Amino acid sequence: MFELSNYHIQVLAFMGINIILAVSLNLINGFTGQFSLGHAGFMAIGAYTAAILTKACGWPFLAATLAGAMLAFLFGLLLGIPILRLKGDYLAIATFGLSEIVRVAIVNFDDVSMKLAGYVGMGDLWPKEITRGALGYPAIPEVKSLLWIYGWAFVTCLVLRNIVRSSEGRAISSIGEDELAAESLGINTARYKTLSFAIGAFFAGVAGALFAHWVTFIKADLFKIDKSIEILLMVVLGGMGSLSGSVLGAVVLTILPEYLRMFAQWRMVIYPVLLILLMLTRPEGLLGKRELSSVIAGLFTRARRSAAAAAT
Amino acid sequence: MIMTARETSGPRTHLTVMPAIGRNLEGPRLMQMNAIRATLAAAILTLAAPFTLARAEGETIKIGAVLPLTGGIAAFGMESKDGIELAVEEINAAGGVLGKKVEVLVEDDKGDPADTTNAVSKLINTGKVVALLGSVASSCTLAGAPVANSAKVPMVTHNSTNDKVTQVGEFIFRTCFIDSFQGATSAYVAAKIIKAKTAALITDVNSDYSKGLGEAFVAKFKELGGTITSEVSYQQNDVNFSSQLTKLKGTPADVVFIPGYYTEVALILKQAKQLKIGSVFLGADGWDDPKLLELAAEAADGTYIVTHYSPDQKSPEVEKLLKAYQAKFKRDPAVTDALAYDSMYVMADALKRAGKVDSLALRDALAATKDLKGATGTITINMERNADKAAIVLKVEGGKMKFVESVKP
Repeated sequence: MFELSNYHIQVLAFMGINIILAVSLNLINGFTGQFSLGHAGFMAIGAYTAAILTKACGWPFLAATLAGAMLAFLFGLLLGIPILRLKGDYLAIATFGLSEIVRVAIVNFDDVSMKLAGYVGMGDLWPKEITRGALGYPAIPEVKSLLWIYGWAFVTCLVLRNIVRSSEGRAISSIGEDELAAESLGINTARYKTLSFAIGAFFAGVAGALFAHWVTFIKADLFKIDKSIEILLMVVLGGMGSLSGSVLGAVVLTILPEYLRMFAQWRMVIYPVLLILLMLTRPEGLLGKRELSSVIAGLFTRARRSAAAAAT
Repeated sequence: MIMTARETSGPRTHLTVMPAIGRNLEGPRLMQMNAIRATLAAAILTLAAPFTLARAEGETIKIGAVLPLTGGIAAFGMESKDGIELAVEEINAAGGVLGKKVEVLVEDDKGDPADTTNAVSKLINTGKVVALLGSVASSCTLAGAPVANSAKVPMVTHNSTNDKVTQVGEFIFRTCFIDSFQGATSAYVAAKIIKAKTAALITDVNSDYSKGLGEAFVAKFKELGGTITSEVSYQQNDVNFSSQLTKLKGTPADVVFIPGYYTEVALILKQAKQLKIGSVFLGADGWDDPKLLELAAEAADGTYIVTHYSPDQKSPEVEKLLKAYQAKFKRDPAVTDALAYDSMYVMADALKRAGKVDSLALRDALAATKDLKGATGTITINMERNADKAAIVLKVEGGKMKFVESVKP
């Protein structure tokens, strides 16, 4: 009998968080076709906001998560408007810059806010330690429940599925296909791009909050570009423009490094080699643009057809 | 096997679904993919073999080690692994502990906090270890420690100096000193040994280590009657420090304290020499690496380093370690090697006193560690579960780190 140990639960937790991250990034990168490298920045906003609210202000977990996600949403909305005027490589660089700004702001938050408070004469009232800068934020109240994580993962998938299937979703997808054509059809591309950016940011914020309360220690360094690229890998591996593909990508890329643990120091040599092989054999990602349901349905029809062909 | 299965099912699908052109293209590609898969499977099997077969037979005491074997700080992880391995070999050669051999299961943490939680959890749940060693980076240990603490498995870090690490819980210990002690000792060295009245600081803004040491230094130096003339900062991977150093030159100080790592420090020292800054430079264990002397060359001369260990310190433990390292690894142990080596001995000593292989008894024994002689000094675990031990002051002279004295202010 396979027994679910704490280790497996631990990996399952990160898997759930990665699913939320990958699916939400897919809305931006896959469906809307806007190449974003800033997902870790939104995750950082969610993680820090929620952690500070539960630890320092005693908020309940759900409220703190929503607050962190809302802040990430607002950031996505505000910064999406100017940033999304850019395209391709330029957008990638700008979104990367955005997540760096978030990281550096967290590191320097205490020093700068203290000084600002000093200028307006509130130096004594202002708390000395809010983000604790480079020291990292320890001892966050523990919320170790897969129910929360998979509940949110379900909500993320459900919301994104409904968005993609709605008329707004069609508009978003059309931007991903060809922005110029979409614009000439009368679609307000700026509006839909910003919307998808902000919704993606919202769920990245949720994932950040879940991560912070699971690991109980966060540090600005955790949300560097490495993390953004890791999420991007899941999206690309699963298939840009396929929600179930992102889920699959997140599952594979969470389990793979764990499975490779038996190779000790060779682990991070084998991992990229496997990624390269996967991308060589399936450049469009595991599922391409299709959804898992249509792939399975396709298999059935194919089997039925071949059965029919064999019968005749 | 896979190949044949595909070959039989292949043509049938092609006949019915694929058009004729597709068959010509798809056929060889499928074969190619199968070939890749087969090679991959073979590679995985051959690579996996030594790791699964290397299990020691008979009943052993299993101890886990979480170390960064890959990633940016892999060098420290490999040094730690060597130190622990050597200690285990010596312990087992001397008959083991409690009549059993010690077996260390090593897991990689990539120097990444999230990965550390997985590694710790795997060692506890799948490896069934009685205790844990590691990790190296404080941020990793801070993330992994809550997992060990809630599973009631003692964790002993040899290298994480962040004050908060052992505050995670009563199962978390360390065999090195802490950042605030190191910073305060550096201030003591600046005031008493270098006899400085004024000091300046160059800190890495993104580093918890740098920040922790800097704060403790400032507090202690002021307490000892000194004044801080200026504080400037840099970021990891910076290469040009001329603006910071020019600012320092404008406000001359007797001592410049740089709590940072040797890569940036070497560049700072070189550029300070070019700018003819006359202050004495002082650093902590982040400097303590032979690479500093290589990179900074004569610019490092006259600097002071506060650290854990010196091969010059003539004690039987240090000599034994030096000899064993030359015999086994053909090199001198660095400071991380020595710390990791000692941490394994602290663990073995506690196991002996616990009298049984039990995590709870081991925790109490670890907490009661007293006057254990190691290569990095005499180790006593205090009430905060940190090691109470003296710091070593080194001075760089003629391209060598020379032992000055051992201090415990």
